[in-house]
Amino acid sequence: MKVEQISVFLENKSGRLAEVSDVLAKAGINIRALSLADTTDFGILRLIVNDTEKAKQALKDNGYTVGKTEVVAVEVEDRPGGLARILDVMKDKEINVEYMYAFVQKSGGNAIIIFRFDELEKAIIELQKAGIKILKGEDVHAL
Amino acid sequence: MIWNEEFETLPREALEALQLKRMKAVVERVYTVVPYYRKKMEEAGINPSEIKSLKDISKLPFTTKEDLRVNYPFGLFAVPFEEVVRIHASSGTTGKPTVVGYTRRDIDTWAELMARTLTAGGAHKGDVVHNAYGYGLFTGGLGAHYGAEKIGAAVIPISGGNTKRQIMIMQDFGSTVLLCTPSYALNIADVMKDMNIEPSSLKLRVGLFGAEPWSENMREEIERKLNIKAIDIYGLSEVMGPGVASECIEGKKGLHVFEDCFIPEIINPDTGEVLPHGSAGELVFTTIMKEAFPVIRYRTRDISRLMPEPCVCGRTFYRMQRITGRSDDMLIIRGVNVFPSQIEHVLMGIKGVEPHYQIIVGREGALDMMEVQVEISEDIFSDEVKVLEKLNKRIEREIKDLLGVSCKVKLVEPKTIQRSEGKAKRVIDNRKL
Repeated sequence: MKVEQISVFLENKSGRLAEVSDVLAKAGINIRALSLADTTDFGILRLIVNDTEKAKQALKDNGYTVGKTEVVAVEVEDRPGGLARILDVMKDKEINVEYMYAFVQKSGGNAIIIFRFDELEKAIIELQKAGIKILKGEDVHAL
Repeated sequence: MIWNEEFETLPREALEALQLKRMKAVVERVYTVVPYYRKKMEEAGINPSEIKSLKDISKLPFTTKEDLRVNYPFGLFAVPFEEVVRIHASSGTTGKPTVVGYTRRDIDTWAELMARTLTAGGAHKGDVVHNAYGYGLFTGGLGAHYGAEKIGAAVIPISGGNTKRQIMIMQDFGSTVLLCTPSYALNIADVMKDMNIEPSSLKLRVGLFGAEPWSENMREEIERKLNIKAIDIYGLSEVMGPGVASECIEGKKGLHVFEDCFIPEIINPDTGEVLPHGSAGELVFTTIMKEAFPVIRYRTRDISRLMPEPCVCGRTFYRMQRITGRSDDMLIIRGVNVFPSQIEHVLMGIKGVEPHYQIIVGREGALDMMEVQVEISEDIFSDEVKVLEKLNKRIEREIKDLLGVSCKVKLVEPKTIQRSEGKAKRVIDNRKL
């Protein structure tokens, strides 16, 4: 039910993102989804890849500070109100969304939303209770 | 003008006789009452009875900031504690400050020295002294304050900060003498310009600036922008506070050391060897009039040189050249002494923070800005922005709490701070004096 996500610390300097992509390309890593959070001085790049350990090692070998976190991937029907339904559940159950990002599947056309919750286990239970489809880790990594 | 003709123009021979008498007395006294000094002298194989001439001072061991640190807080005080009427402190090299004490007579001596300083700078009874040195543990504020009262001037104890209000008070109270750090003087000038106030509309006539190194160029800039005469003054808390040496308005070339109270030497900072007059080296002071906290051959780490040539003002005290640098890594940020080791101390106190850091100093307008770059390690890294921002703020707050001066902390990628062989380059100072 959980998906492994890696995060990379980046200084706000031109070319840094390109360098990370390059490191991953050379290691033969496929990026499934990504998002970048930025502040004035630094950014945090979050990635879901096909091989988390390999990607992490490649980045570390190249001197990056890398973290690993567990997130939840939810499949949302591509129609109005899809996201609102999920967020309503979180609001009712008082679960905080630390951040989220979305992407659309190649086949099928449904959207996938990656959530980082403050209470991961509780969130999974509540989402399941509400009948929302949570994707398995291996499925997401293999998308 | 000269505040104390008798002492300040004493013929060299009489002055040196007085110095010798006072020096012998203080060496004898610290040997008798301060166990640490006694131990150091014994280790150096010197007995106070062997001090027979002024030159013999070089036989005595040096005192360093490290000696002050191991005796924290009152270990080097040379009077019973009930004789102490004032305690000041300045930055130490780690988390603990350097503590100094004063007896009633020390406070009087200090006021006398600051009265001489102010008079040398052209201040007198009837002046309105705008004292923007910080009041508190820092010696600047109160040290200057007592001297200004002693010459009969009206003191405005405004302390530092809130520049617009400072300028309003200068206008309304008719301040004639400004006391602050040279960089703050420039800041005042800049703010005045923003407020569309012409410096010539103020009554300011002269400024006495110290507590940080500055240059002739900066003097010209201050004089032009504030329409005043700018005087360089020197002091450090370990030796007294402000009032150790001062320029005279007549000469404005080199600072007269108040030699009836302090014996200056210039040494080679690497070998400790005493250098002849005129050579550049590290300034060392022995206090010969202080009761509570005398220091013997205190190494200031300030680089200067002694100028024995007579001065146009008539004072017989030797002059020291304005400070040209440091023989250690101390920084002066907005008048506050900062040691990189203090910042390291803060970083080491935060779990997971690596000891890889760099301090970058620059100026924004006239104000010193300090940025501390800290390498991010896996232990403190998070995928959440708020966690990193909280860490950033925490480091900033802890540095401010310890140093008393604010800085900006910037988290950087690992290995971006240059590793050097041997001593790490901790400081990049981009300020142009």
